[in-house]
Amino acid sequence: MAERRTGAKKKQAGTDVPSRLAVRKTYKLYLGGAFPRSESGRSYPVTSADGDHLANASLASRKDARDAVVAARKAFGDWSGRTAYNRGQILYRVAEVLEGRRAQFVDQVMTFQGATRAEADRIVSATIDDWVHHAGWTDKFAQVLGGVNPVAGPYYNHSAPEPTGVVVVFAPQNAPLLGLTSVVAPIIATGNTAVVVASENAPLVAIDLAEVFATSDLPGGVVNLLTGRVDELGPHLAAHADVDALDLTGCGQRAVEFEKTAAATLTRVLRPGPEADADEGVWLNSTPGTTRLAAFLETKTVWHPIGM
Amino acid sequence: MAEIFEYAPAPESRSVVTLRDTYDLFIDGAFTPAEDGTQLTTVNPADETELARVAVAGPVDIDRAVAAARRAHENVWGPMSGLERGKYLFRIARIIQERSRELAVLESMDNGKPIKETRDVDLPLVAAHFFYHAGWADKLAHAGLGPDPRPLGVAAQVIPWNFPLLMLAWKIAPALATGNTVVLKPAETTPLTALVFAEICQEADLPAGVVNILPGAGETGRKLVEHPGTDKVAFTGSTEVGRQIARAVAGTPKRLTLELGGKGANIVYDDAAIDQAVEGIVSGIFFNQGHVCCAGSRLLVQESIAEELLARLKTRVTQLRVGDPLDKNTDLGAINSAAQLERIRELTDSGESEGAERWSPACDLPENGYWFAPTVLTGISQAHRVAREEIFGPVLSVLTFRTPEEAVTKANNTPYGLSAGVWTEKGSRMLWTAERLRAGVVWSNTFNKFDPTSPFGGYKESGYGREGGRHGLEAYLG
Repeated sequence: MAERRTGAKKKQAGTDVPSRLAVRKTYKLYLGGAFPRSESGRSYPVTSADGDHLANASLASRKDARDAVVAARKAFGDWSGRTAYNRGQILYRVAEVLEGRRAQFVDQVMTFQGATRAEADRIVSATIDDWVHHAGWTDKFAQVLGGVNPVAGPYYNHSAPEPTGVVVVFAPQNAPLLGLTSVVAPIIATGNTAVVVASENAPLVAIDLAEVFATSDLPGGVVNLLTGRVDELGPHLAAHADVDALDLTGCGQRAVEFEKTAAATLTRVLRPGPEADADEGVWLNSTPGTTRLAAFLETKTVWHPIGM
Repeated sequence: MAEIFEYAPAPESRSVVTLRDTYDLFIDGAFTPAEDGTQLTTVNPADETELARVAVAGPVDIDRAVAAARRAHENVWGPMSGLERGKYLFRIARIIQERSRELAVLESMDNGKPIKETRDVDLPLVAAHFFYHAGWADKLAHAGLGPDPRPLGVAAQVIPWNFPLLMLAWKIAPALATGNTVVLKPAETTPLTALVFAEICQEADLPAGVVNILPGAGETGRKLVEHPGTDKVAFTGSTEVGRQIARAVAGTPKRLTLELGGKGANIVYDDAAIDQAVEGIVSGIFFNQGHVCCAGSRLLVQESIAEELLARLKTRVTQLRVGDPLDKNTDLGAINSAAQLERIRELTDSGESEGAERWSPACDLPENGYWFAPTVLTGISQAHRVAREEIFGPVLSVLTFRTPEEAVTKANNTPYGLSAGVWTEKGSRMLWTAERLRAGVVWSNTFNKFDPTSPFGGYKESGYGREGGRHGLEAYLG
């Protein structure tokens, strides 16, 4: 547990007072398009890679997790019902707004994660490009993954992919920006809504990213971000009957337990892959395929007779 | 309504089937008794006569079968070219066609379903399933699953009693086409056609160990799916067992597909072609005695036509012929087991005690065997057990709706999501409804149609993964 900002760096009274006091950001949750504090009123300190205190993040509670699922469910009908073109426009808008704030994100990746400027630049660029990549998927995955079935009879028959519903994402612990984007973008590109548990030790950049979502015409509730403890939130989210799928990437040792819990409601589970504990660098070098798109899709097959 | 004319009995001959007194396990290409000598008795549910004694696989037998499947995968089936693998499947499909009457009669005897269905639905689909997948074996690189998709290894497969041989085909054909080997457990009450299928594997010179058949009850199934030597578990059956399997598979590297229960809604709008809709409702719930996971067990009819539709439905149901499964005129055969009959009775009675109105046509049920008359329950609310729980029998629960939105909301108001039906003459309304139904298969202006090219499987608690079509291959490739 990191130390809160203490008197360790206390300056003598009257010396070194800045001519203008910086305004610090209060990091809150992102639920249903709004930025509330945890209903529990709790927070936890977040430190940089060097151990310096950065800010206090909201320590989401079980109730916040339930609220997030409610918000995601509420948003699902509208988001999944939009045209694929519209979802693509909005995801592209996320990339645009992020590009406009790239300097901010580069600074944050350097400060929060201790990256060099060159590394931070690559991570932020790849993050923006990943949103562009997935913006282009929204109106293509149905053609790639669906199709017409030549049944032996006078019937028209086709299969098309549809979003599974509300997906809970345990975001990668060591890749808080690009890793998070790489797991969340395919989920919402296909029309799902998400409840994301951000990296426990590096949650701040996720909330900064939520500010991008909030100004990109992404409807409230499509992505909901919780900061807090996997150990506290995970068991409730894994057992929640209104959760349709789990991405267990960032839940570490508890993946098997959560998968067992999810079995009670036959919640779909994406098990942690080899990239689960990797840092941003590994996500930087991975090519997004269709695996993460397909993991949270159902196939619907529709029959209709052909006749005069 | 009086019968227009009498039907003379038209029994299909049993002579095409030669029953043996006992059937052994099929392991590593040979029939062998169970290590501990345990047997079960399989009966004809239409008259409760004993058909045969069948070996029950225990832990030692499962070990042997899994080891045989592993050897076959590593030494023969895995390395074999796709074209050669496919040729074995084509050969099996041909033999199934040649022996189809024998298999249809045997299936009717062991399961209780009418010969009309085993002959015209089950067996043609079984053969078609092997033909379809045979052709995939050398084309897997074009299935959209990567340039070089690999088989998983050994698949443990557990199937139900409602379509014994068809479910075997749904499991074995894609597994073999993709280069996997299998250990399959048929259902406790319907093992016989699976054991004839084992003979067909021998007849086709399928390499030993590629297919292993282990009859048994729930305990055999549990041990098989929990066996550490397999790479894949595929299960069709109840949602309750599906949950246990999903739990058991967690923490292992195994892949899992589940095809579970359902409570399918069959929506009839006021503009539907009403006689066609009545036929669809009947086939939706009375096909295979309602022992169908995707049955249209909840009829949702628009209020304005409910009275007329129900009158026509009852007239039609009165014409259904319930009785000897081997009679070619029979529409409804026997309930598969005493246990299932008890469950249907209990749930249907609960509907009555919760206030539903119960109707069945006058029909003489045979004295011996397990029988349940086709039943229609009206005056049902969504809270009633018969509107929520899968009955898995010839019992239709009728609900009404006023607007399309209400129809969709009611249809989706279930933890299941396997099938649904839509009846309307208006194309845009059909598509609007189909788009909103949270179900893996939507039949519009038809019901209970199946095809090997058409992916089948559920949303929500009806399971995950698809069987059939290009989509079904994914379950067996890594």
